[in-house]
Amino acid sequence: MRDRFFRRRLVDRTVRGACLLAMLLALVPLVSVLWFVTLRGIGGLSWSFFSELPRPVGETGGGMANALLGTLELVGLACLFGIPAGVLAGIHLSTFGHSRFGRFVRFAADVMSGVPSIAVGLFVYAVVVTTSRSFSGFAGAIALAILMLPTVARTTEELLKLVPEALREAALGLGVPKWRTTLFVVLRTAAPGVVTGIMLAVARASGETAPLLFTAFNNRFWSTDPSEPMASLPVTIYAYAVSPYEDWHRQAWAAALVLVALVLVLNVLARFVVRRRWGLG
Amino acid sequence: MDGTASPLIRARSPVARLLGIKGNPGDALFDRLTGFFALFLVVLLAAMAVAMAKSAMPTFRTFGFGFVTGAIWDPLRQTFGALPFVYGTVVSSVLALVLAVPVSLGVAIYLSELAPLRLRQPLGFLVELLAAVPSVVYGLWGVFVLAPWLRSSVEPALARTLGFLPLFQGPHQGFGMLAGGIVLAIMVVPTVSSVSREVLSAVPHSLREGALALGATRWEAVRLAVLPYARSGLVGAVLLGLGRALGETMAVTMVIGNRAEISSSLFAPSYTMASVLANEFTEATGELHLSALAEIGFLLFVVTVLLNVIARLLVGKTRREPDGGRA
Repeated sequence: MRDRFFRRRLVDRTVRGACLLAMLLALVPLVSVLWFVTLRGIGGLSWSFFSELPRPVGETGGGMANALLGTLELVGLACLFGIPAGVLAGIHLSTFGHSRFGRFVRFAADVMSGVPSIAVGLFVYAVVVTTSRSFSGFAGAIALAILMLPTVARTTEELLKLVPEALREAALGLGVPKWRTTLFVVLRTAAPGVVTGIMLAVARASGETAPLLFTAFNNRFWSTDPSEPMASLPVTIYAYAVSPYEDWHRQAWAAALVLVALVLVLNVLARFVVRRRWGLG
Repeated sequence: MDGTASPLIRARSPVARLLGIKGNPGDALFDRLTGFFALFLVVLLAAMAVAMAKSAMPTFRTFGFGFVTGAIWDPLRQTFGALPFVYGTVVSSVLALVLAVPVSLGVAIYLSELAPLRLRQPLGFLVELLAAVPSVVYGLWGVFVLAPWLRSSVEPALARTLGFLPLFQGPHQGFGMLAGGIVLAIMVVPTVSSVSREVLSAVPHSLREGALALGATRWEAVRLAVLPYARSGLVGAVLLGLGRALGETMAVTMVIGNRAEISSSLFAPSYTMASVLANEFTEATGELHLSALAEIGFLLFVVTVLLNVIARLLVGKTRREPDGGRA
């Protein structure tokens, strides 16, 4: 009897220890990546990194100003389309989500968020790039927008559902039309949470490389015109990392530091906004 | 549009009547607008399937189903067989799951059952950060940190201890299937563990409490009461992870070595479906090459969509099951 009790306790402790170990093990890569990105990236950051164009192949120095600008422009354009479309689709799901169509759309959105980003790039290539006959910032932005769409729609839906029904009823009772109630009462109440979801989607989009490879392509010069190929931080990191040049490796680490910092700041800010206004996680 | 007028007493405008709109025209328009974007989402998914299938047609006509079984990929001779890429994708993803699933389940069980309440949120946030780091950054880390470490320490150690297995033979290069599998595992862990955690937290508390009240230890309560209830959801979580692993591109491309060969050794370089797309698509020579790549993309799309459909159904099943607490 005692024996069995000890054995059960031993098994219990072993498994609990193993779970803790798994937890720690999962965090090792995160710590390692952040450590190396900071360590190797910080040396490459300089004024010229942020302000200059890449030098011709073989010369050292220069910067990534065009890629930084390109990423901002691509993500900005993607937001212009992806956010309103996603929020409106989310509103539809939260109002008509119980209908058969609503359930189907929700399912499609979930499935779509699992589609590999490179497949999205391929799709945009087939539809946009082949018709316009040129790689372009627009094509890249469309690819990123498609990737943002399901996330934004689903988060909007989930958060609109959290808004108390009484609030909606109160507005309707005062004679406010339904659409104004939805936009200016329900959506407004859920705004902090929706903003969080959007920020997380933006963070994800700004780090995407694969869908840009054959849409926005790359460009070693200033590329402010979105109908031309456009440089971006992730694609530049990729190109530099697989190049044989020492100086490009240094710059790739610096760019990775900038990108990771951007993504982390968006993530932390997003959580902060939610926790303050909602007390959610 | 003034918000105080009742929609009931407002006369319908001729335009509204013409469009068949009843009630407040603002409402009708707004519902149509949101409905349009909801529909747009579905149309987009269908359009992806159609567009990719269309661009894959030329290779499908030329090679038929032999495309998937052909082992030779030679753009110069216009011979396209995708088997090495299918093999690389499947093996690297399976390797990733073998490494990632135990860790992810451990994380999920720890976070939902064992960890002190105060630690659960911050630790969960850290696991989600793991998913937030861009793929290309993992690739960079893989190229300059992971691969050299594998070459100098891990692969020699594996060869010394397990070298009798064909898996661990051959030259130590760092870049290869092993590196690809490890990077994929790192990127899959957050997906599997956060979905699993969600599934576990949907298990009714009364089940745990019942087991504990009967004298079970914490682990016994998890094993006997929680895991059986959550089983289909956990399988769904693993499938979602598999979907992620199959389609992941950049990090794998950077570390897997990119050689279209089938080798039994995990140390040998390999190639995945997503990687060959990333590497060759912009430099494709001729229409058939382009179409062959498009077919690879189409296959990847179909497989991941199917996996996601199955996974979502499984995860949804656990969530929707009736509240065990009432029984």
